[in-house]
Amino acid sequence: MSDKTIGIRVTRFRPEQEDAPTEQVYEVPYQEDWVVLDALNYIKDHIDGTLSYRWSCRMGVCGSCGMMVNGEPKLTCAAFLKDYYPNELVVQPLAHFPIIRDLVVDIDDFMDKLKAVQPWIIREEEKPVAEGEYLQSPAELKEFKQFSQCINCLLCYAACPVYGLEDVFVGPAALALSYRYNLDSRDEGYAQRTVVAASSEGIWECTFIGECSVVCPKDVDPAAAIQRTKVETTTNWFKSFLMPWGNK
Amino acid sequence: MSYKQDKTEPFWWGLFSAGGVVAAMLIPVLIYFVGLAEPLGLVGAEVSGYEAMSKLLSHPLVKVVFFVVAVLPLYHAAHRIRFMLHEFGVRKLILPIHYFCYGGAIVGTGLAAYILFYLF
Repeated sequence: MSDKTIGIRVTRFRPEQEDAPTEQVYEVPYQEDWVVLDALNYIKDHIDGTLSYRWSCRMGVCGSCGMMVNGEPKLTCAAFLKDYYPNELVVQPLAHFPIIRDLVVDIDDFMDKLKAVQPWIIREEEKPVAEGEYLQSPAELKEFKQFSQCINCLLCYAACPVYGLEDVFVGPAALALSYRYNLDSRDEGYAQRTVVAASSEGIWECTFIGECSVVCPKDVDPAAAIQRTKVETTTNWFKSFLMPWGNK
Repeated sequence: MSYKQDKTEPFWWGLFSAGGVVAAMLIPVLIYFVGLAEPLGLVGAEVSGYEAMSKLLSHPLVKVVFFVVAVLPLYHAAHRIRFMLHEFGVRKLILPIHYFCYGGAIVGTGLAAYILFYLF
């Protein structure tokens, strides 16, 4: 190990001993190929075993190590120390969520919203298994594939100023997933999802700031999904007004 | 949790969106002509002078274009101001703010129609 070190300023919150979050600075060996998560693991293993944070895959797939790094929502497994060295690094829990302990936030609000948009294939009538799969062409897959890359890491919620102001907002990831299933050629759940997605708490809360798409580590582009849903909903609204005999 | 179904939102957003397109695509051209080219003398009075403009406006299609260009950005502004106030923390008087913003745009629409289609 090199002799160089880097300071990591971490948010601490231990509800049994303090009323409000505080900070603690740890001096960690600096390795050029280390990410912030490696530094946190070093602290946990060698300096202070009481530090709490979420992580699992350490390769940008599980979406559990999202934190604020120098004020920006990042997957800590993809944020390299070398991009911050030699300056001290500030690691905080994801913004806009209640803190449970240290860097661990309460994501129940998101889980409820995710469930509300029913991000799974809805069929009016399931065909019997004997009739085989629901086939889909590569072109039909391409329609929604980008929006299906979401790993629920919640960086978009931490980046969204609207969600920070209005916690009723359904939010970027849930709306992008709603759009993803609406685009799926096998799906018939548009009407059920629209009740949530096109409600006042859904797409209409969004003012197209676009930070969700900037911070997304999987290039999902939730801002585009929301804008397209707005255009679609508006087109349907004018259609229903001009052609009331139509279906939508 | 319950989700409010506001059926008017697509209508206002549609006008906001159309107004944004008009403001971004056409207003800069108008600003160039009326605000820069004309005062700097880059185009002569035969192009942008009063006589030339009022002759241009006598055509009904031109009137419609000017009407759209003048009116749609009003709805864009109304919608933006409504949301901006909300984001600045104005959480009371929601209905009066709606009336003020969209009402202002509707008054502007009437005024533009009066000037373009009645006075000219």
